[in-house]
Amino acid sequence: MDFGPYLLLASLEGAVMAAVLALTALGLSLVFGVMRVVNVAHGEFFMLGAVSAWWASSMATNIASASPALAFLAALVLAPLITGAVAFATDRFVLRRLDYQPEATIVATIGLLYIIQQSVLMSFGPDARPVAAPFNWRVDLYWFGYSGYKLCVIVIALSVLLLAWLALTRTRAGLIMRATQLDPDMAQAFGIPVDKVYAGVFTLGAMLAALSAVLIVPTQQAHYLMGLDPLLMSFIVVIVGGLGSLRGTLVAALLIGMSDGIISVFFSPTLAKILATLLVALVLVFRPQGLFGVKPR
Amino acid sequence: MTSTVKNVLVVALHAMVPLALYFTYPWISEYHQNNLGRILILAIYASGYNLLLGYTGLLSLGHALYLAAGLYGAGLATTVLGFGTLGAFLIGVLSATLLASLVGALALRTTGVAFMIVTLMFSQAGYLTILYFNRITRGDEGFVVPRGDSIGGLPADIGNADTRFIIALILFAVCTALALLLVQSNVGRVWRALADNEERVELLGYSPTHYKFLAFVLSGLMAGVAGAAYALMFAYVGASFATIQYSIFALLWVLVGGAGVVLGPLLGTGIMFYLVDYISELTSAWLMFVGIALIILVMVAPRGVLGTLRHKLDWHWLP
Repeated sequence: MDFGPYLLLASLEGAVMAAVLALTALGLSLVFGVMRVVNVAHGEFFMLGAVSAWWASSMATNIASASPALAFLAALVLAPLITGAVAFATDRFVLRRLDYQPEATIVATIGLLYIIQQSVLMSFGPDARPVAAPFNWRVDLYWFGYSGYKLCVIVIALSVLLLAWLALTRTRAGLIMRATQLDPDMAQAFGIPVDKVYAGVFTLGAMLAALSAVLIVPTQQAHYLMGLDPLLMSFIVVIVGGLGSLRGTLVAALLIGMSDGIISVFFSPTLAKILATLLVALVLVFRPQGLFGVKPR
Repeated sequence: MTSTVKNVLVVALHAMVPLALYFTYPWISEYHQNNLGRILILAIYASGYNLLLGYTGLLSLGHALYLAAGLYGAGLATTVLGFGTLGAFLIGVLSATLLASLVGALALRTTGVAFMIVTLMFSQAGYLTILYFNRITRGDEGFVVPRGDSIGGLPADIGNADTRFIIALILFAVCTALALLLVQSNVGRVWRALADNEERVELLGYSPTHYKFLAFVLSGLMAGVAGAAYALMFAYVGASFATIQYSIFALLWVLVGGAGVVLGPLLGTGIMFYLVDYISELTSAWLMFVGIALIILVMVAPRGVLGTLRHKLDWHWLP
């Protein structure tokens, strides 16, 4: 293959990566932005989404003998719900009792990381398991055929991102979330149930991670250790974009996802991750608050 | 009690711990003797972490990087460059210290949660770098470091378990003395003040960045001492020491024993070493237990064992 088509292939891989990364990082960024909680277990919510997707789709195939498309649909609905339920319980029984102090919640979510990961190891086992894509179209791009499903992932992820942006900026729920983010005490004084907002945001953040996992799992496999990579990549995205800035998260996800995809295709995935981390260092030297972050007072 | 008498008693208490271990050693089984050597070395790593978390109030999630720098510095100096035990040890410590200075200078530009994430990222970059150069480092598999038979010209059979224990004990005693000296000095007072109220420290004319940097580099140095000693004494270097898990272990050990207590890391490392040893015989998912321990600690006993004792019994003199 010539350089041009090869670059196109790499860019497509990068675009898939960027779209899913944006969705995962949006969850992390929302939780951090509104609650000031760094959720180290975010990657495990992603993994839980992928494993639940495997569980839901194989149940649908084995018991109801559903078609791949229907089985995938079952996964798309059930996996975020299961993950959301775990996140809701975490907020209620752990984070709320810690009063959302930043350092205590970091230690607690590290603990949660191991609990989720090892529970999945005990129930799901150490093997990687595939989830079938809902359809197997190939789009002919003249030089090579490309998976129609991957293109579809880009479209779905972008639509969800657009929806999230509209919900945050144009709806009453979004207004309440932004008010809580700006000043939780004042929001409480105006009758906003801050506890419920926190529970909702934490659940929503986990569901976004689970949703991106369901979207990407047909192109990878579900495995109990798969959560670390999305966690670190999301961390890079929110740091580079600026903690708590939604626009920064999207721009950084595009930048890092694309370059990660392209470098992975041309060189090696390990090198791509090392370079992304060094980018964090560079950003911090010149803009400690991130590309779009606001300087702390 | 005058402050001089108090100081003498505090030093005597801390000197008694290595002495007590020295006299207990012949009475315990070979299995526990071996464990004790490892616990002492790992406790040095945790003591360094304690300077940063317990006294200065900085939560790093990437200290495995400096442990690994010590391990690989000493290991590669032995196998690739052909250094003797003492030379390899010094190279290990130096690599960890230099790396900690570099990362510290960058990471300390951020504060709060960004600092935690950035330290985590750098340590992950270090881990990936080890995997990337797997022709030299042998990646996850790791490599064996031949044990020397002398240290700086003096004969010392590191293959002998008793000799290893004495070396571990001496290193631990020196590092504990250093930690005690630091936290009792003016530097230690500024560190504790930084953890309480950084703005006020700055207002009083101290530079918070300088003191934080010093704490960061010293804790990296101690991680390097532990790493280099581990590689040379236990004859193995592998990428697993550079994983996030080892950074979290440092946090766990310090929290269990008591953050901000000089003897806390040894107690925490000992307790967790034996608990994990026991649980991993029962289940392969022993890390679940680490997770549960972290959540229980942070919800029920955030001060750890010695920190809770100091608080409940009003032992303000315990540094």
